Order: sequence, then structure tokens, then C-alpha cells
Amino acid sequence: MAGQEHRRGRNWAEWAQNRWVWAGFAMPGIIWLSLLFLVPFYTVLAIAGGQLNAIFQSPEPVWNPLHWTGANFAAVFHDLFGQASFVLPIFFRTLGYVAIASVLSLLIAYPAAYFVTRFAGRRKLLFLALLIAPFWISYMMRMLAWIDLLQTNGYVNRALLDLHLISQPVNWLGGKPATVILGLVYGYIPYLILVLYAGLDRIDQRLLEAGRDLGLNRAQTFLRVTLPLSRQAVLTGMLITALPMMGDYFTNQLLSGASSTAMIGNVIDGQLNTSSQEAQGAVLALLLLVFLLVPMLYYVAKTRRTTVEAF
Amino acid sequence: MALTTEVAPPSVRTRGDEPPSRTPPTGSRRKWQPPWRNPWRRPWILEGFTWLYLIWSIVPIGIAVLFSFNNGKSQSVWQGFSTRWYWGDPVNSVWHDPALRSAVYQTIRLSVLTTIVAVPIGVAFAIGINRWRTRTSTTFHFVMVFSYVIPELIFGVAMFFLFTQLFTFIHLGTAAEVLGLVTWNFSWPAIIVLARLVLIGDSYEEAAADLGASRLQSIRRVLIPMLMPAIFASTVLVFASVVDDFVVVDLLSSTANTQPMSVIIYSTSHGGNGGPALNALATIMLALSFVAATIGLGAYRWMTRGERGNSGQEAMTSIAGM
Repeated sequence: MAGQEHRRGRNWAEWAQNRWVWAGFAMPGIIWLSLLFLVPFYTVLAIAGGQLNAIFQSPEPVWNPLHWTGANFAAVFHDLFGQASFVLPIFFRTLGYVAIASVLSLLIAYPAAYFVTRFAGRRKLLFLALLIAPFWISYMMRMLAWIDLLQTNGYVNRALLDLHLISQPVNWLGGKPATVILGLVYGYIPYLILVLYAGLDRIDQRLLEAGRDLGLNRAQTFLRVTLPLSRQAVLTGMLITALPMMGDYFTNQLLSGASSTAMIGNVIDGQLNTSSQEAQGAVLALLLLVFLLVPMLYYVAKTRRTTVEAF
Repeated sequence: MALTTEVAPPSVRTRGDEPPSRTPPTGSRRKWQPPWRNPWRRPWILEGFTWLYLIWSIVPIGIAVLFSFNNGKSQSVWQGFSTRWYWGDPVNSVWHDPALRSAVYQTIRLSVLTTIVAVPIGVAFAIGINRWRTRTSTTFHFVMVFSYVIPELIFGVAMFFLFTQLFTFIHLGTAAEVLGLVTWNFSWPAIIVLARLVLIGDSYEEAAADLGASRLQSIRRVLIPMLMPAIFASTVLVFASVVDDFVVVDLLSSTANTQPMSVIIYSTSHGGNGGPALNALATIMLALSFVAATIGLGAYRWMTRGERGNSGQEAMTSIAGM
């Protein structure tokens, strides 16, 4: 019997070590990611390093990296830093909008998530459902809702008029930075709240108890125990909302449409719609990717830790 | 983001900063204290703030849904209840306007196709990556998580050039949209199943092998059933995120009849002149996502019945990908 069990044990060991089985499992995904994630980025490089077809005014990819030229990069650098530079101000505006929207989101999301994890008690499930609900509502629906409310004769203007806060209806949808920032906050806050909720909910309540036992009051417990323990959730939550905000073009387009509030995403999107500028769009997308690489890699490292190192 | 479907923490009543009771534990003989000195007071300000946030986040949507039933062209003046924007109006309703109607079909088509392709590949990828520890698997694990955090616009630009410059035999349209959406949503099942695999560990399969199960049997009868809740949660997530997706489909759709609902809403609602039919369209999207979420929630609780972490909270957070 012992021998048989030994055989079975070895069987398992053999079979767990048989890498080809697992390679077979992973292979469809690996091939898919190679062809439809890595190759596309090489295509972007080939176009960015390529040239403009003189006759058709369309981009011509150059697949051999040794033959890449800097023509498209030069054009973009001219847009960025040249005399008639129009991209750089837009880039800084994007950074400003994203920074304000991220901080506002955090200031709104943190107290709400904190309340639900700590104080909701028996109503926790109800609150959680309400917090998660916007996550399931499409972004377009949420923008459409604000387009309805912010129209010249919409509810926001009527409420403000009734309260005598304004004497004339405000054209909220006519290129107001505040409207765009509101849209960004409203659009991305559900993702931040989910991350914060999960992070705060995971904090061991006994630590808070210990803090209170050692003489901290409520505010001190929060500042010295809860806040440091939720730092990771705050960081990843801010990243998971700020990264897509950097590539956002639809919020501005829907809620403002004016070039005075254009973001970097609008520039890239606009260049993709003009054949002769497609290559510059590719360069800008690459530059944006490089700019965001550090926060992205930070996030990837943090995520890998939770899915690999638990072994 | 929290990517583990870990068991909810114990809900032991503690004396942290959570009030065990609303009445202050002070005897009547003790000196009167102002309410802010009571350490167990209810956090009224926090609670009020949370309610304000919830109202702000949900009421605008409610108003938009309400106006999809408006009996008039306005999106801001209520003119009575009607379903004309869904099917009553012979020209502009979702049912009769060919563009809106095809958008509904296109959204459903894309969601179903993407889910069918992305979930099996993602689940198999997760199992393979989890067990096959080589440099290749580590690299592609990295690539997969990278595809999860990259801003959608940059990914969309890459996809756009792929189909217009390299794979030119795949024209922009439904095929390109599905390929793009599968790649974009592939990371949901992969990440969720990976997190679950980490939690499960090797021991169950080892036990199955000890009891004489063959390789195939232990995968089919031990591993897959244990992964079922994670697989299901990711199916629901992929379906709902495709319904809501905008950037990838905006860049990869070509003619009007390959544009799903989100693109139609985007391209016609500039400046607020789309009319209530758009609200009706958005409400249909909303209903699709919520049906998916509700089915997901119910089925998740049913699948994990008898497990330790089977709670409403666990189900809700899992279905939302946490």
C-alpha cells in the first residue's frame, strides 16, 4: 500500500512539473497578447519612425528599426516646443485638470468609503450596493445625465436662479473648465471608491481597538492607524483613476466641446481623424505612454505582488 | 486595485472607532458632557456627507432615466409620461430609428462575441501562467497586467494603426471591434482567476491526485469547479464592460451600422441636442448592465453557497472585480 501511495505521490509531482500541459493552457493567451497587444505597439513605433507618403499625404510605416527617421518626432517637437507651440499648453492643462479632478475625487471618495466600512453597521450592504451602482452605469449615460442637467434651461440653472445665486442662466456646456473637471470627477470616482472601500475594509479592526486602548481618541486613531494603513489603497486608487483621465477625450468633447478646454486626448483623437497627421498622433501617443510609464510600472509591480507572492 | 477575492474579514464587534451602541456609556450621575466629547457619538457629519455623495452620484442618472419617458422633445422640462422614445414614435424612437436600433443590436452582438472569446482564453491563460513558471510566463503575466493599466486611448491608437496599416485584411468594423475588445477585456478573467488560484493553492489537486484522479479528472472535477465563481464573476464583468465600452469601439468602428450604443450617444449628444431618444438608448444600456449584474450577483451567491466567504458583501465586491 505504501508503495502505491508513493507511486501516486510521484505521479502528482510529475504531473505538476509537466510544464508542457501548463504551457498549452497559457499559449492561446500568449499568442493573442503577442499578436494583438505587442505587435500593435510595434506598428505604432513603425509609423512614428516612418515617413509621410508625398502623394497621398498618408503615413507610411517603416518596419525596419534601422531605417527609422525622426521626421514625425521633429514635427511633434515643433508642435510642443516650437514657436507656434500649441500642444504644450494643452498638455499642462491636461495635467492640471487631472490633478484637480484626482484630488477632488479623493476628498469625496475617502470619507464616503470610510463611513461605509466603519460606521454603516447593519446597513452596510445597502450602502455598498449604492456605492457600487455607478460602476455598472455606462460612462456615456453618466455624461448624458449631466448634459441634461447643465443645459441653459436645465435643472442646475433653474435651481441657481431660484436661489438667486445667479441672475442669468449660465452656459455650463460652453467651454467651462469647471464643467469638464466635474465630468472627470463624476466619471471616474466609482473606480476610486471601489479601491478605497476594499482597502479600508481589509484593515484589521483589532488594530483600531488597540489604538483606542492605548489612549488615542477618534481623530488620532484615524490619523495614526487608519490613514497610514490605507496609503496603499489611496495610491493605487489615484493611479487607477488618473491614468485613464490622462487619455480622456470624450468628457471634454461632450461637456464642453471648446478648444479652450481641450485635453491631450483631444489632440491625439483629432490627429487620428486627419490622414496626414496620423503619424503625429502616433508620436504623441508614444510620448504620453513614456510619460505615464513610471506610474504604470508601479501599479503593475503592486498588482503582481498580490497575485504572485502569496505563494 | 484590490485584486484578490479574499474572504471578508471577520465582522467581530470591536471597540475600534465603531460605536457599539448609540447610547453613551455614561451613568446618569456623571457630569453632563457636550456631545462632541462622547467617544461613541454617531458620526453625523460623515453620514450626511456620504448621503450627499450618494444623492449626487445617483439622482442625475435617475433624472436622465426619467426623461427617457418624457412625452415631449425636451430633456429638461417634464411633459408627461410616455414610451414614445422607446417604440411609440414612428420616426425617432429607438425601435423605429434604424441607426438607434442597429446600435442596440451591435452592442449586444459585440458583448456576446467578446465574452465568448475573452473568458475561455483568459481563464486558460491564468491557469497556465500560474503553474508554468518560466521566463516566458512571467513576461506575459507582466504584459497582461500592463494591458490592464494602459490608458484606453493609447491602446485604441495602437489597435487603430494595427488594422489600418498592418492587418489591413481586417477592415475597421465588427471584426476589428471584437478583436480589440477581447484584447482590452482579456485581463479581467485573467486577473480574477489568478487571484483565486493563489487562494486555492495546490493542495486540493494534490489530494485529488492522491485519491487516484488522473490529470484531466483533477482539472475537470476539482480545479474548474473551484474556479467557477471567479470565472462567472469575470464573465459578467466582461459582458458589462463591453456594453459600457467607448474608446476602443469609437476608434475601431467604421460605418454607422457598426457603431454600438455608446458611440451613437457620443456622436449625437454634443451640446445637448440629441433628444430623449438618446436617454432611452442610454437607459437600455443601463438595463443591460444591471441585468448582467443582478444575474451575476444571484448566481455568485448560489455558486459559493456553503463556502466560508459567502456573504452579500463578498458577492458584490467580487462581481465588481475587487
